[in-house]
Amino acid sequence: MSSLTSQAFVDRLIRENFNFFTGVPCSLLSGLISCLEEVEEARYTPSVREDAAVGLCAGAYLAGSLPVLLMQNSGLGYCLNAFTSLNLIYRIPVLVIMSWRGQGGKDAPEHIIMGDIDQKLLETAGMDYAILKPENLDEVLATAKRKINEEKRPYTLIVEKGLFDERH
Amino acid sequence: MKGTEAFQELLPLLGNEPVIHANGFICRESFSLKDREENFYMIGSMGLASSIGLGVALCQPNRKVIVLDGDGNVLMSMGTLAMIAAEAPKNLVHVVIDNEVYESTGKQRSISNAVPLEQVAKSAGYRQAVRVDKREEIKPAFEKLMNAEGPVFLLIKVEPCFDHKTGRVTHTPEEITERFMKTLS
Repeated sequence: MSSLTSQAFVDRLIRENFNFFTGVPCSLLSGLISCLEEVEEARYTPSVREDAAVGLCAGAYLAGSLPVLLMQNSGLGYCLNAFTSLNLIYRIPVLVIMSWRGQGGKDAPEHIIMGDIDQKLLETAGMDYAILKPENLDEVLATAKRKINEEKRPYTLIVEKGLFDERH
Repeated sequence: MKGTEAFQELLPLLGNEPVIHANGFICRESFSLKDREENFYMIGSMGLASSIGLGVALCQPNRKVIVLDGDGNVLMSMGTLAMIAAEAPKNLVHVVIDNEVYESTGKQRSISNAVPLEQVAKSAGYRQAVRVDKREEIKPAFEKLMNAEGPVFLLIKVEPCFDHKTGRVTHTPEEITERFMKTLS
């Protein structure tokens, strides 16, 4: 099986011209955020809440940057109003990298329900997503770029446990 | 001072700065008095005018960026005051029209009568936070803060005055995005 390191993924996002990163941490994304903190071009800005991160990314996009939002799926609830009453109607895109806690019902209790419904919530809101795998990286990034640059809509990449290294 | 008087005093002081408007009374009053291409009217996503403004300010560090906010929005996203203070963009001016109510939904009380928002901003770490209560104080305070190193905070205490006949923003959200981005490119 091919592998995808946090560093390789961050480098790839930078090469694809993403240049503004913010988010609220998740252990599944800890390797990625750790790499982002090392990369000056990434300008990683910690957000205190996921919807504030959506606002921050929207401002960055309006000012000419290409933003990425990293969060746990628990943050999706906070973001839904921002996605539906800001991003989707104003055509303000963002690449969302969302960890999938509660996958398969095997996780701490607070993650079980959202782990079951997060993709349904995205579908209900009309927001496209893909589950990121080492094998589909080129394909999902091409789709993400198309959604962002041409359709000007948010696109979500879902990160399963074990895809990236955890640093905690 | 009524809310609308604060806008009448403030809007002529603007040049070509991008101004991110909070939803509700702020958007509608400002749009009705003077529409500008540099205005981003946030008609939904309550609470996020400040984070949108922070994003613009961080990515356009050579332009002065103004957030025109309301007390309800600030209270909803108090954590964003901390983010602004921590990132400390020198070019961000955060103006809050504080009428102590959720005006466009029927003047239900907010809690800003009990919470001095300028002190919250100052404690969070804004470089300056000023409160004004009188119309004649607005111009000197705004001009001083526009020339100061940000992030700075101007709280303008007003009385509710919203007239429901005041129109909504007539541009579509997509149009708002397009013309706002053009002024920034």
